Amino acid sequence: MSPDTNLTKTQEMVYEMKVGDVMTSRVISVRSTDRMSQLRGLLRSNRISGLPVVDEDRLVGVISVEDFIKWLADREEDCPIEKRMTAKLQTLFDDDPLVLAIGKFEATGLGRFPVIDRQSGKLVGILTKGDVIEGLLKRLELDYHKEEIHRYRASHIFEDIEADETTLLFEYGVKGQDFEQAGASSSRLRRTLNRLGVRPDVVRRVAIASYEAEMNLVIFTQGGMIRARVQPAKILLEAEDSGPGIADIQKALEPGYSTAPDWVRELGFGAGMGLVNIQRSSDQFEIHSQPGEGTFVRACFFANGEKHDIDRPGAGNRSGSEIGPRQS
Amino acid sequence: MTLEEVVRILNAEVVVGTNLDRIEVSTGCGADLMSDVLAFSKTGALLLTGLTTTQVVRTAEMAEIVGICFVRGKRPPKETVTLAAASGLPLLATPLAMFESCGRLYRHGLKGCSE
Repeated sequence: MSPDTNLTKTQEMVYEMKVGDVMTSRVISVRSTDRMSQLRGLLRSNRISGLPVVDEDRLVGVISVEDFIKWLADREEDCPIEKRMTAKLQTLFDDDPLVLAIGKFEATGLGRFPVIDRQSGKLVGILTKGDVIEGLLKRLELDYHKEEIHRYRASHIFEDIEADETTLLFEYGVKGQDFEQAGASSSRLRRTLNRLGVRPDVVRRVAIASYEAEMNLVIFTQGGMIRARVQPAKILLEAEDSGPGIADIQKALEPGYSTAPDWVRELGFGAGMGLVNIQRSSDQFEIHSQPGEGTFVRACFFANGEKHDIDRPGAGNRSGSEIGPRQS
Repeated sequence: MTLEEVVRILNAEVVVGTNLDRIEVSTGCGADLMSDVLAFSKTGALLLTGLTTTQVVRTAEMAEIVGICFVRGKRPPKETVTLAAASGLPLLATPLAMFESCGRLYRHGLKGCSE
């Protein structure tokens, strides 16, 4: 950002923002009948330089540190605040634009203005130059943050790209028998989908399916690939390896059926739930496998999350005809 | 219930994690089988487990679990702690066994994932 655009941005903000947006609304006030001697404690303990004087919700004046010092210097007797306050009041309305307040600070040289609600006429806050600066900085930070999020997130990519069909393809290589890295690919895919702005519940289901598929690749194969084809309406998750393949697919899909060795169970897996979990978390599911050749698993997730029904008997589609021809 | 309350109720030690008073746990899940955690836990759950491998942290990440508590005095190895710290996932360790840990939390009002 160049200094020029910053200036324009701030100028824009002072017209857009209202006094009510930045004022301090928790106002400490005094009554006109309170004594001058009570002020010292109030000013010191609250670290403020002036207080509005309010009688029954109505603003009747302002008493400042300067008024207090002058009263001390004059060595006069204690008296009601009413006698030393400034009664000729300069105020702002809470719906005044900030630019008006800034002009008023400059024109009057005053340090603070009481803020009045235009309808009720009641005191609703107080505005100092510090409040204005703080308010502007906060807004700048907020705008900057939003811009950062927008830049960082890729969720607008589908809106920006023009095509009849758009598919984003993400590929992750998975090493067999590498238990230290196991899960890293699914973790990366999960972050990518979040960044794309995919619905959080859908991301969770894809991540769970991907992680189970990844564990299968790590445990049973010499390695393989995880792919995610992301389209505006759905996500296709694929896991592919080149062996050893599954001899009895129907059996492998039974909950609790496992061919995993015991040491895999020590990792918290290998209880015969992997394929079941992939099937359960997806909207459509297919598996192809030939012993000696390899296994191909594909799961489909609808992006709107609506068609998912976890308790549907025989959830998923084992034949795979609904998903379409196999691509690679 | 916050993670800080969990620490108090389970006499737990904080292995890694900060600002535990600001992390809310919505449900509890006790399991040593990660596939069960993936299948039956809910977003925002606390995971109680006796397993301390890195796969527990990965599982928590996928299942959007907000904190892990290792039961029966088990301490996680360095790799697990490192991965959890990198993922911003708090780890706790309690001397209590699984059954007692779950029971205490349940008595204090923490619900299960199927409720």
